Amino acid sequence: MERIPLVDYLVLGDDPHLVAHECAGCGARYFDRRSACAGCSQRDFRDVEIPREGILRTFTIVSFAAEGVPVPFVAGVVDCGGTSVRANIVHVPPDPEHVTLGMKVRLTTVPVGTDEAGVEAVGYGFEPAD
Amino acid sequence: MAENVWILGIHMTKFGKHKDKDTLDLGAEAVFGALDDAGVTMRDVGVLGAGNLLGSPGYGQQLQKQIGQTGIPVYNVGNACATGATALRVAIMAIKAGETDMGLAVGVEKLSGAGLLTGNASRRQSARWEPSGRQGAVAPLDGRIGTETMPGVFAQIGMEYGHRYGGADFELFARISEKNHAHSTLNPKAAYQKRMSLAEIMNDVMIAYPNTRPMCSANCDGAAAAVVVSESKLRTLSLEQQRRAVKISASVLTSDPWQDACQILPDVNTLTRQAAVTAYEQAGVGPEDLNLVELHDCFATAELVHYDNLGLCEPGGAVDFFKSGAPWRDGRTPVNVSGGLESKGHPVSATGIANIWEIASHLRGEAGQRQIEGARVGLAHVIGLGNACGIHILEKAA
Repeated sequence: MERIPLVDYLVLGDDPHLVAHECAGCGARYFDRRSACAGCSQRDFRDVEIPREGILRTFTIVSFAAEGVPVPFVAGVVDCGGTSVRANIVHVPPDPEHVTLGMKVRLTTVPVGTDEAGVEAVGYGFEPAD
Repeated sequence: MAENVWILGIHMTKFGKHKDKDTLDLGAEAVFGALDDAGVTMRDVGVLGAGNLLGSPGYGQQLQKQIGQTGIPVYNVGNACATGATALRVAIMAIKAGETDMGLAVGVEKLSGAGLLTGNASRRQSARWEPSGRQGAVAPLDGRIGTETMPGVFAQIGMEYGHRYGGADFELFARISEKNHAHSTLNPKAAYQKRMSLAEIMNDVMIAYPNTRPMCSANCDGAAAAVVVSESKLRTLSLEQQRRAVKISASVLTSDPWQDACQILPDVNTLTRQAAVTAYEQAGVGPEDLNLVELHDCFATAELVHYDNLGLCEPGGAVDFFKSGAPWRDGRTPVNVSGGLESKGHPVSATGIANIWEIASHLRGEAGQRQIEGARVGLAHVIGLGNACGIHILEKAA
Protein backbone atom coordinates (compact mmCIF):
# COMPACT_ATOMS: atom_id res chain seq x y z
CA MET A 1 0.00 0.00 0.00
CA GLU A 2 1.22 3.47 -0.85
CA ARG A 3 1.96 5.58 2.23
CA ILE A 4 2.37 9.29 2.88
CA PRO A 5 3.73 10.93 6.05
CA LEU A 6 1.35 13.09 8.13
CA VAL A 7 4.00 15.82 8.06
CA ASP A 8 6.94 16.33 5.72
CA TYR A 9 9.53 16.10 8.52
CA LEU A 10 8.60 12.47 9.18
CA VAL A 11 10.56 10.05 7.00
CA LEU A 12 8.85 6.67 6.57
CA GLY A 13 10.47 3.43 5.38
CA ASP A 14 12.19 0.64 7.26
CA ASP A 15 13.64 2.98 9.82
CA PRO A 16 11.16 5.83 10.41
CA HIS A 17 12.70 9.00 11.80
CA LEU A 18 12.28 12.77 12.01
CA VAL A 19 14.33 15.29 10.09
CA ALA A 20 14.90 18.89 11.18
CA HIS A 21 16.15 21.92 9.29
CA GLU A 22 19.29 23.05 11.08
CA CYS A 23 20.51 26.61 10.76
CA ALA A 24 23.95 26.71 9.12
CA GLY A 25 24.78 29.75 11.21
CA CYS A 26 23.86 28.91 14.81
CA GLY A 27 22.63 25.30 14.72
CA ALA A 28 19.04 26.08 15.75
CA ARG A 29 16.63 23.37 14.62
CA TYR A 30 13.15 23.70 13.14
CA PHE A 31 10.50 21.38 11.78
CA ASP A 32 8.70 23.79 9.48
CA ARG A 33 9.53 25.35 6.11
CA ARG A 34 11.80 28.27 6.93
CA SER A 35 12.27 31.76 5.65
CA ALA A 36 15.26 32.35 7.92
CA CYS A 37 16.53 31.39 11.34
CA ALA A 38 14.57 33.06 14.15
CA GLY A 39 17.67 33.01 16.31
CA CYS A 40 20.29 34.55 14.02
CA SER A 41 18.40 35.47 10.80
CA GLN A 42 20.72 33.33 8.61
CA ARG A 43 18.95 31.86 5.61
CA ASP A 44 20.94 28.66 5.01
CA PHE A 45 19.82 25.34 6.45
CA ARG A 46 20.85 21.71 6.24
CA ASP A 47 18.70 18.70 7.07
CA VAL A 48 19.65 16.64 10.13
CA GLU A 49 18.27 13.38 11.45
CA ILE A 50 16.77 13.53 14.96
CA PRO A 51 17.58 10.77 17.49
CA ARG A 52 14.68 8.34 17.90
CA GLU A 53 14.91 8.15 21.66
CA GLY A 54 14.32 10.89 24.14
CA ILE A 55 13.09 12.06 27.52
CA LEU A 56 9.57 13.35 28.19
CA ARG A 57 10.15 16.95 29.25
CA THR A 58 6.53 17.93 29.80
CA PHE A 59 3.06 16.63 29.05
CA THR A 60 -0.64 17.12 29.52
CA ILE A 61 -3.52 14.71 29.26
CA VAL A 62 -6.15 16.35 27.09
CA SER A 63 -9.68 15.38 28.09
CA PHE A 64 -11.51 18.20 26.35
CA ALA A 65 -10.77 19.12 22.74
CA ALA A 66 -12.45 20.27 19.56
CA GLU A 67 -15.17 18.10 18.06
CA GLY A 68 -13.67 15.17 16.18
CA VAL A 69 -10.47 14.98 18.23
CA PRO A 70 -10.51 11.67 20.12
CA VAL A 71 -9.89 12.14 23.86
CA PRO A 72 -8.24 11.51 26.18
CA PHE A 73 -4.78 11.67 24.68
CA VAL A 74 -1.35 12.59 25.97
CA ALA A 75 0.39 15.57 24.37
CA GLY A 76 3.93 16.47 25.29
CA VAL A 77 7.39 17.64 24.41
CA VAL A 78 10.19 15.10 24.02
CA ASP A 79 13.83 16.06 24.36
CA CYS A 80 15.58 13.98 21.71
CA GLY A 81 19.27 14.43 22.41
CA GLY A 82 18.89 18.19 22.80
CA THR A 83 16.24 18.76 20.13
CA SER A 84 12.72 19.34 21.41
CA VAL A 85 9.93 17.56 19.53
CA ARG A 86 6.19 18.09 19.89
CA ALA A 87 4.33 14.80 19.94
CA ASN A 88 1.63 12.62 21.36
CA ILE A 89 2.69 9.93 23.82
CA VAL A 90 1.13 6.69 22.63
CA HIS A 91 0.81 3.00 23.52
CA VAL A 92 0.39 3.88 27.19
CA PRO A 93 -2.72 4.40 29.35
CA PRO A 94 -3.43 8.16 29.38
CA ASP A 95 -3.10 8.73 33.11
CA PRO A 96 -0.47 10.31 35.41
CA GLU A 97 0.41 6.92 36.88
CA HIS A 98 1.68 5.67 33.53
CA VAL A 99 2.93 8.91 32.00
CA THR A 100 5.60 10.63 34.07
CA LEU A 101 7.96 13.54 33.66
CA GLY A 102 11.43 12.42 32.65
CA MET A 103 10.33 9.02 31.34
CA LYS A 104 12.30 7.50 28.46
CA VAL A 105 10.39 7.29 25.20
CA ARG A 106 11.09 6.26 21.61
CA LEU A 107 9.68 7.20 18.24
CA THR A 108 6.98 5.05 16.71
CA THR A 109 4.53 5.46 13.85
CA VAL A 110 0.76 5.62 14.11
CA PRO A 111 -1.86 5.16 11.38
CA VAL A 112 -3.88 8.25 10.46
CA GLY A 113 -6.21 6.84 7.82
CA THR A 114 -6.59 5.95 4.16
CA ASP A 115 -7.84 8.29 1.44
CA GLU A 116 -10.11 7.31 -1.45
CA ALA A 117 -7.11 6.53 -3.67
CA GLY A 118 -6.03 3.91 -1.12
CA VAL A 119 -3.08 5.93 0.17
CA GLU A 120 -2.40 5.46 3.86
CA ALA A 121 -1.32 8.50 5.90
CA VAL A 122 1.08 7.71 8.73
CA GLY A 123 1.87 9.90 11.71
CA TYR A 124 4.27 9.58 14.60
CA GLY A 125 4.21 9.43 18.36
CA PHE A 126 6.51 8.41 21.18
CA GLU A 127 6.00 5.29 23.29
CA PRO A 128 7.57 4.24 26.59
CA ALA A 129 11.08 2.86 25.98
CA ASP A 130 11.51 0.90 29.20
CA MET B 1 13.30 62.81 28.76
CA ALA B 2 9.68 62.03 27.96
CA GLU B 3 7.36 63.07 30.74
CA ASN B 4 5.60 60.85 33.23
CA VAL B 5 2.12 59.55 32.49
CA TRP B 6 -0.61 59.08 35.08
CA ILE B 7 -3.93 57.27 35.23
CA LEU B 8 -6.56 59.94 35.72
CA GLY B 9 -9.63 57.75 35.53
CA ILE B 10 -10.26 54.03 35.16
CA HIS B 11 -13.21 51.67 35.19
CA MET B 12 -14.10 48.03 34.68
CA THR B 13 -17.60 46.72 34.14
CA LYS B 14 -18.85 43.78 36.10
CA PHE B 15 -17.44 40.66 34.46
CA GLY B 16 -19.92 37.89 33.70
CA LYS B 17 -22.85 37.30 31.40
CA HIS B 18 -24.22 40.47 29.80
CA LYS B 19 -26.93 39.02 27.58
CA ASP B 20 -28.62 42.34 26.84
CA LYS B 21 -25.47 44.31 26.08
CA ASP B 22 -23.37 44.18 22.93
CA THR B 23 -19.68 45.09 22.73
CA LEU B 24 -20.57 48.75 22.10
CA ASP B 25 -22.78 48.92 25.21
CA LEU B 26 -20.03 47.34 27.31
CA GLY B 27 -17.28 49.51 25.81
CA ALA B 28 -19.36 52.65 26.28
CA GLU B 29 -20.11 51.72 29.89
CA ALA B 30 -16.38 51.29 30.59
CA VAL B 31 -15.50 54.56 28.83
CA PHE B 32 -18.22 56.57 30.62
CA GLY B 33 -17.01 55.12 33.90
CA ALA B 34 -13.41 56.06 33.17
CA LEU B 35 -14.28 59.58 31.93
CA ASP B 36 -16.50 60.27 34.97
CA ASP B 37 -13.81 58.89 37.26
CA ALA B 38 -11.29 61.20 35.58
CA GLY B 39 -13.61 64.22 35.63
CA VAL B 40 -13.14 64.86 31.90
CA THR B 41 -15.11 64.38 28.66
CA MET B 42 -14.38 63.00 25.19
CA ARG B 43 -13.52 66.62 24.18
CA ASP B 44 -10.45 66.43 26.42
CA VAL B 45 -9.17 63.19 24.91
CA GLY B 46 -6.56 63.33 22.13
CA VAL B 47 -6.06 59.69 21.21
CA LEU B 48 -8.01 56.41 21.46
CA GLY B 49 -6.49 52.94 21.70
CA ALA B 50 -9.15 50.23 21.28
CA GLY B 51 -9.12 46.44 21.48
CA ASN B 52 -11.82 43.88 20.66
CA LEU B 53 -10.34 40.65 19.35
CA LEU B 54 -13.45 38.70 18.44
CA GLY B 55 -15.43 41.56 16.97
CA SER B 56 -15.22 43.23 13.61
CA PRO B 57 -12.19 45.30 12.62
CA GLY B 58 -12.62 48.99 13.35
CA TYR B 59 -14.15 48.56 16.79
CA GLY B 60 -12.70 51.90 17.95
CA GLN B 61 -14.52 53.87 15.27
CA GLN B 62 -17.77 52.01 15.92
CA LEU B 63 -17.45 52.90 19.59
CA GLN B 64 -16.76 56.57 18.75
CA LYS B 65 -20.11 56.66 16.96
CA GLN B 66 -21.73 55.83 20.32
CA ILE B 67 -19.62 57.94 22.66
CA GLY B 68 -18.40 60.93 20.66
CA GLN B 69 -16.88 61.41 17.21
CA THR B 70 -14.28 64.05 17.91
CA GLY B 71 -11.97 63.28 15.01
CA ILE B 72 -9.08 62.06 17.15
CA PRO B 73 -6.79 59.30 15.89
CA VAL B 74 -7.99 55.78 16.70
CA TYR B 75 -5.64 52.83 16.94
CA ASN B 76 -7.39 49.47 16.77
CA VAL B 77 -4.97 46.98 18.28
CA GLY B 78 -4.82 43.21 18.65
CA ASN B 79 -2.23 41.34 20.69
CA ALA B 80 -4.09 38.25 21.87
CA CYS B 81 -4.68 38.34 25.65
CA ALA B 82 -2.34 41.34 25.94
CA THR B 83 -4.63 43.47 23.74
CA GLY B 84 -5.89 45.68 26.59
CA ALA B 85 -2.37 46.42 27.83
CA THR B 86 -1.35 47.16 24.24
CA ALA B 87 -4.24 49.62 23.76
CA LEU B 88 -3.22 51.35 26.98
CA ARG B 89 0.37 51.58 25.81
CA VAL B 90 -0.76 53.27 22.59
CA ALA B 91 -2.30 56.07 24.66
CA ILE B 92 0.75 56.24 26.94
CA MET B 93 3.17 56.35 23.99
CA ALA B 94 1.18 59.12 22.28
CA ILE B 95 1.49 61.23 25.44
CA LYS B 96 5.19 60.45 25.84
CA ALA B 97 5.73 61.37 22.20
CA GLY B 98 4.14 64.75 22.91
CA GLU B 99 1.27 64.29 20.44
CA THR B 100 -1.41 64.86 23.06
CA ASP B 101 -1.70 65.35 26.82
CA MET B 102 -4.63 63.01 27.39
CA GLY B 103 -5.49 59.60 25.99
CA LEU B 104 -8.14 56.91 26.35
CA ALA B 105 -7.79 53.14 26.10
CA VAL B 106 -10.59 50.60 26.04
CA GLY B 107 -10.74 46.82 25.80
CA VAL B 108 -13.92 44.80 25.46
CA GLU B 109 -14.94 41.21 24.77
CA LYS B 110 -18.09 39.12 24.65
CA LEU B 111 -17.03 35.57 25.44
CA SER B 112 -19.82 34.00 27.48
CA GLY B 113 -20.28 30.42 26.37
CA ALA B 114 -17.43 30.61 23.88
CA GLY B 115 -15.84 27.29 24.89
CA LEU B 116 -12.34 26.53 23.67
CA LEU B 117 -10.87 29.52 21.88
CA THR B 118 -8.25 27.58 19.94
CA GLY B 119 -7.77 24.12 18.59
CA ASN B 120 -11.05 24.37 16.74
CA ALA B 121 -9.58 24.25 13.25
CA SER B 122 -11.79 22.52 10.75
CA ARG B 123 -11.18 18.78 10.75
CA ARG B 124 -12.87 18.20 7.44
CA GLN B 125 -10.35 16.56 5.20
CA SER B 126 -10.20 16.26 1.46
CA ALA B 127 -10.80 13.02 -0.44
CA ARG B 128 -7.07 12.72 -1.22
CA TRP B 129 -4.17 13.38 1.12
CA GLU B 130 -2.62 16.65 0.08
CA PRO B 131 0.30 18.19 1.96
CA SER B 132 -0.29 21.80 2.93
CA GLY B 133 1.15 24.46 5.21
CA ARG B 134 4.68 24.93 6.43
CA GLN B 135 4.94 21.37 7.75
CA GLY B 136 3.43 19.71 4.70
CA ALA B 137 0.60 18.29 6.82
CA VAL B 138 -1.95 16.04 5.12
CA ALA B 139 -4.45 16.26 8.01
CA PRO B 140 -5.16 18.57 10.98
CA LEU B 141 -2.41 18.20 13.58
CA ASP B 142 -4.36 19.16 16.72
CA GLY B 143 -4.69 15.95 18.71
CA ARG B 144 -2.34 14.07 16.36
CA ILE B 145 0.87 15.94 17.10
CA GLY B 146 0.30 17.48 20.50
CA THR B 147 -2.48 19.87 21.39
CA GLU B 148 -3.46 23.32 20.26
CA THR B 149 -5.91 23.94 23.10
CA MET B 150 -4.93 26.64 25.58
CA PRO B 151 -5.62 24.51 28.69
CA GLY B 152 -3.31 21.86 27.23
CA VAL B 153 -0.57 24.29 26.20
CA PHE B 154 -0.51 26.00 29.60
CA ALA B 155 -0.71 22.66 31.40
CA GLN B 156 2.55 21.74 29.69
CA ILE B 157 4.09 25.08 30.64
CA GLY B 158 3.38 24.40 34.33
CA MET B 159 4.43 20.76 34.14
CA GLU B 160 7.71 21.76 32.50
CA TYR B 161 8.47 23.97 35.50
CA GLY B 162 7.73 20.95 37.69
CA HIS B 163 10.08 18.82 35.64
CA ARG B 164 12.86 21.37 36.01
CA TYR B 165 12.53 22.18 39.70
CA GLY B 166 10.28 19.51 41.22
CA GLY B 167 7.46 19.86 43.71
CA ALA B 168 4.77 20.97 41.28
CA ASP B 169 2.04 18.37 41.19
CA PHE B 170 -1.71 18.30 40.55
CA GLU B 171 -2.50 19.20 44.15
CA LEU B 172 -0.16 22.18 44.19
CA PHE B 173 -1.71 23.63 41.04
CA ALA B 174 -5.18 23.04 42.48
CA ARG B 175 -4.16 24.89 45.66
CA ILE B 176 -3.22 27.92 43.58
CA SER B 177 -6.73 27.83 42.13
CA GLU B 178 -8.17 27.44 45.63
CA LYS B 179 -6.43 30.70 46.61
CA ASN B 180 -7.81 32.64 43.68
CA HIS B 181 -11.35 31.37 44.14
CA ALA B 182 -11.11 32.29 47.83
CA HIS B 183 -9.95 35.80 46.91
CA SER B 184 -12.84 36.21 44.45
CA THR B 185 -15.43 36.04 47.23
CA LEU B 186 -14.47 39.63 48.15
CA ASN B 187 -14.75 40.97 44.59
CA PRO B 188 -18.29 41.92 43.57
CA LYS B 189 -17.15 42.45 39.96
CA ALA B 190 -15.84 38.90 39.57
CA ALA B 191 -17.77 36.58 37.24
CA TYR B 192 -17.63 33.85 39.89
CA GLN B 193 -17.49 34.62 43.62
CA LYS B 194 -17.67 31.11 44.96
CA ARG B 195 -15.19 29.70 47.42
CA MET B 196 -14.16 26.21 46.31
CA SER B 197 -12.49 23.55 48.42
CA LEU B 198 -9.37 21.77 47.25
CA ALA B 199 -11.39 18.57 46.80
CA GLU B 200 -14.05 20.35 44.75
CA ILE B 201 -11.39 21.79 42.47
CA MET B 202 -9.52 18.50 42.03
CA ASN B 203 -12.69 16.49 41.45
CA ASP B 204 -14.23 18.90 38.95
CA VAL B 205 -14.24 18.13 35.21
CA MET B 206 -10.72 17.49 33.92
CA ILE B 207 -9.96 19.68 30.91
CA ALA B 208 -6.24 19.09 30.35
CA TYR B 209 -4.34 17.45 33.19
CA PRO B 210 -3.51 18.94 35.60
CA ASN B 211 -6.01 21.74 34.83
CA THR B 212 -9.58 20.99 35.86
CA ARG B 213 -12.37 23.39 34.87
CA PRO B 214 -12.10 25.78 37.86
CA MET B 215 -8.34 25.99 37.20
CA CYS B 216 -9.04 27.51 33.77
CA SER B 217 -9.81 31.15 33.10
CA ALA B 218 -13.51 31.82 32.84
CA ASN B 219 -14.90 32.95 29.48
CA CYS B 220 -17.20 35.88 30.15
CA ASP B 221 -18.25 39.33 28.93
CA GLY B 222 -16.69 42.53 30.13
CA ALA B 223 -14.91 45.76 29.36
CA ALA B 224 -12.42 48.11 30.95
CA ALA B 225 -11.20 51.58 30.05
CA ALA B 226 -8.63 54.07 31.30
CA VAL B 227 -7.96 57.77 30.83
CA VAL B 228 -4.26 58.64 30.99
CA VAL B 229 -2.77 62.09 31.28
CA SER B 230 0.63 63.76 31.09
CA GLU B 231 2.17 64.89 34.36
CA SER B 232 2.24 68.54 33.28
CA LYS B 233 -1.45 68.46 32.35
CA LEU B 234 -2.27 66.70 35.61
CA ARG B 235 -0.67 69.56 37.56
CA THR B 236 -3.22 71.95 36.03
CA LEU B 237 -6.17 69.86 37.25
CA SER B 238 -7.96 69.96 40.62
CA LEU B 239 -6.25 68.81 43.80
CA GLU B 240 -8.83 66.02 44.08
CA GLN B 241 -7.96 64.76 40.58
CA GLN B 242 -4.27 64.92 41.47
CA ARG B 243 -4.82 63.09 44.74
CA ARG B 244 -6.62 60.19 43.10
CA ALA B 245 -4.32 59.98 40.07
CA VAL B 246 -2.12 56.88 39.92
CA LYS B 247 1.41 57.10 38.58
CA ILE B 248 2.42 54.72 35.79
CA SER B 249 5.99 54.09 36.92
CA ALA B 250 6.66 51.50 34.23
CA SER B 251 4.92 50.46 31.03
CA VAL B 252 6.56 47.67 29.07
CA LEU B 253 5.60 45.42 26.17
CA THR B 254 7.80 42.57 24.94
CA SER B 255 7.66 39.75 22.39
CA ASP B 256 9.63 36.49 22.42
CA PRO B 257 13.36 36.68 22.06
CA TRP B 258 14.26 33.44 20.29
CA GLN B 259 14.99 30.55 22.63
CA ASP B 260 15.63 26.93 21.79
CA ALA B 261 12.29 25.04 21.58
CA CYS B 262 10.16 28.20 21.78
CA GLN B 263 8.49 27.18 18.51
CA ILE B 264 7.71 23.72 19.90
CA LEU B 265 6.00 24.86 23.12
CA PRO B 266 5.27 28.57 23.63
CA ASP B 267 7.84 30.10 25.99
CA VAL B 268 5.92 32.48 28.25
CA ASN B 269 8.91 32.76 30.57
CA THR B 270 11.66 34.55 28.69
CA LEU B 271 9.61 37.52 27.52
CA THR B 272 7.98 37.92 30.94
CA ARG B 273 11.38 37.92 32.63
CA GLN B 274 12.66 40.49 30.17
CA ALA B 275 9.58 42.68 30.64
CA ALA B 276 9.88 42.41 34.43
CA VAL B 277 13.55 43.38 34.50
CA THR B 278 12.85 46.37 32.26
CA ALA B 279 9.80 47.40 34.29
CA TYR B 280 11.63 47.26 37.64
CA GLU B 281 14.44 49.31 36.11
CA GLN B 282 12.02 51.91 34.69
CA ALA B 283 10.14 52.20 37.96
CA GLY B 284 13.18 52.11 40.21
CA VAL B 285 11.53 49.50 42.41
CA GLY B 286 12.14 45.81 43.00
CA PRO B 287 9.80 42.88 43.49
CA GLU B 288 10.24 43.25 47.27
CA ASP B 289 8.58 46.69 47.05
CA LEU B 290 5.34 45.35 45.55
CA ASN B 291 2.29 45.49 47.81
CA LEU B 292 0.19 43.50 45.36
CA VAL B 293 0.44 41.79 41.97
CA GLU B 294 -2.18 40.92 39.38
CA LEU B 295 -0.58 38.32 37.12
CA HIS B 296 -1.88 36.39 34.14
CA ASP B 297 -3.34 33.23 35.68
CA CYS B 298 -5.12 32.15 32.51
CA PHE B 299 -4.64 28.69 34.03
CA ALA B 300 -3.50 27.64 37.50
CA THR B 301 -0.42 26.10 35.88
CA ALA B 302 0.53 29.52 34.48
CA GLU B 303 0.38 31.36 37.81
CA LEU B 304 3.16 29.21 39.25
CA VAL B 305 5.73 30.01 36.57
CA HIS B 306 5.05 33.74 36.75
CA TYR B 307 5.94 33.92 40.48
CA ASP B 308 9.40 33.05 39.24
CA ASN B 309 9.31 35.08 36.01
CA LEU B 310 8.32 38.25 37.85
CA GLY B 311 11.08 37.72 40.42
CA LEU B 312 8.64 37.34 43.31
CA CYS B 313 10.75 34.40 44.49
CA GLU B 314 14.26 33.03 44.08
CA PRO B 315 14.90 31.35 40.69
CA GLY B 316 13.33 27.90 40.88
CA GLY B 317 11.56 28.79 44.11
CA ALA B 318 7.96 29.23 42.95
CA VAL B 319 6.67 26.12 44.72
CA ASP B 320 8.20 27.18 48.05
CA PHE B 321 6.96 30.73 47.50
CA PHE B 322 3.41 29.48 47.13
CA LYS B 323 3.67 27.03 50.02
CA SER B 324 4.91 29.84 52.30
CA GLY B 325 1.53 31.53 51.90
CA ALA B 326 3.15 34.61 50.34
CA PRO B 327 0.66 35.07 47.46
CA TRP B 328 -2.46 34.87 49.65
CA ARG B 329 -4.05 38.24 50.38
CA ASP B 330 -2.62 38.27 53.91
CA GLY B 331 0.79 37.10 52.68
CA ARG B 332 4.01 38.92 51.88
CA THR B 333 3.20 39.54 48.18
CA PRO B 334 -0.54 39.17 47.57
CA VAL B 335 -1.17 37.81 44.07
CA ASN B 336 -4.50 38.07 42.27
CA VAL B 337 -6.57 39.42 45.14
CA SER B 338 -9.21 40.14 42.46
CA GLY B 339 -9.73 36.40 42.14
CA GLY B 340 -7.60 36.24 39.02
CA LEU B 341 -8.75 35.15 35.59
CA GLU B 342 -9.85 31.78 37.01
CA SER B 343 -12.73 33.41 38.92
CA LYS B 344 -12.87 37.10 38.02
CA GLY B 345 -13.04 36.01 34.40
CA HIS B 346 -11.06 36.67 31.24
CA PRO B 347 -12.85 38.74 28.58
CA VAL B 348 -9.63 38.73 26.59
CA SER B 349 -9.22 42.35 25.40
CA ALA B 350 -10.54 43.80 28.66
CA THR B 351 -8.12 41.87 30.86
CA GLY B 352 -5.03 44.03 30.32
CA ILE B 353 -6.86 47.14 31.55
CA ALA B 354 -9.03 45.43 34.17
CA ASN B 355 -5.95 44.22 36.04
CA ILE B 356 -4.70 47.81 36.13
CA TRP B 357 -8.08 48.94 37.48
CA GLU B 358 -7.67 46.40 40.28
CA ILE B 359 -4.22 47.70 41.25
CA ALA B 360 -5.33 51.35 40.95
CA SER B 361 -8.31 50.71 43.23
CA HIS B 362 -6.01 49.46 45.98
CA LEU B 363 -3.51 52.29 45.55
CA ARG B 364 -6.38 54.78 45.86
CA GLY B 365 -7.66 52.98 48.95
CA GLU B 366 -10.96 52.34 47.16
CA ALA B 367 -10.96 48.54 46.93
CA GLY B 368 -13.63 48.10 49.58
CA GLN B 369 -13.66 44.86 51.54
CA ARG B 370 -10.73 43.42 49.62
CA GLN B 371 -8.49 46.47 50.13
CA ILE B 372 -4.83 45.65 50.72
CA GLU B 373 -4.14 48.12 53.49
CA GLY B 374 -1.48 50.72 52.84
CA ALA B 375 -0.83 49.59 49.26
CA ARG B 376 1.58 52.00 47.55
CA VAL B 377 3.09 49.99 44.67
CA GLY B 378 1.52 47.30 42.47
CA LEU B 379 2.29 45.37 39.31
CA ALA B 380 -0.07 44.20 36.56
CA HIS B 381 1.02 41.51 34.09
CA VAL B 382 -0.59 39.97 31.02
CA ILE B 383 0.49 37.41 28.45
CA GLY B 384 -0.95 37.14 24.98
CA LEU B 385 -0.02 33.84 23.45
CA GLY B 386 2.10 34.20 20.37
CA ASN B 387 3.62 35.88 22.48
CA ALA B 388 3.18 39.37 23.86
CA CYS B 389 3.81 40.36 27.47
CA GLY B 390 2.62 43.61 29.03
CA ILE B 391 3.77 44.78 32.45
CA HIS B 392 2.71 47.98 34.21
CA ILE B 393 3.99 49.12 37.59
CA LEU B 394 1.73 51.62 39.31
CA GLU B 395 2.38 53.88 42.28
CA LYS B 396 0.15 55.82 44.61
CA ALA B 397 0.30 59.61 44.30
CA ALA B 398 2.80 61.00 46.83
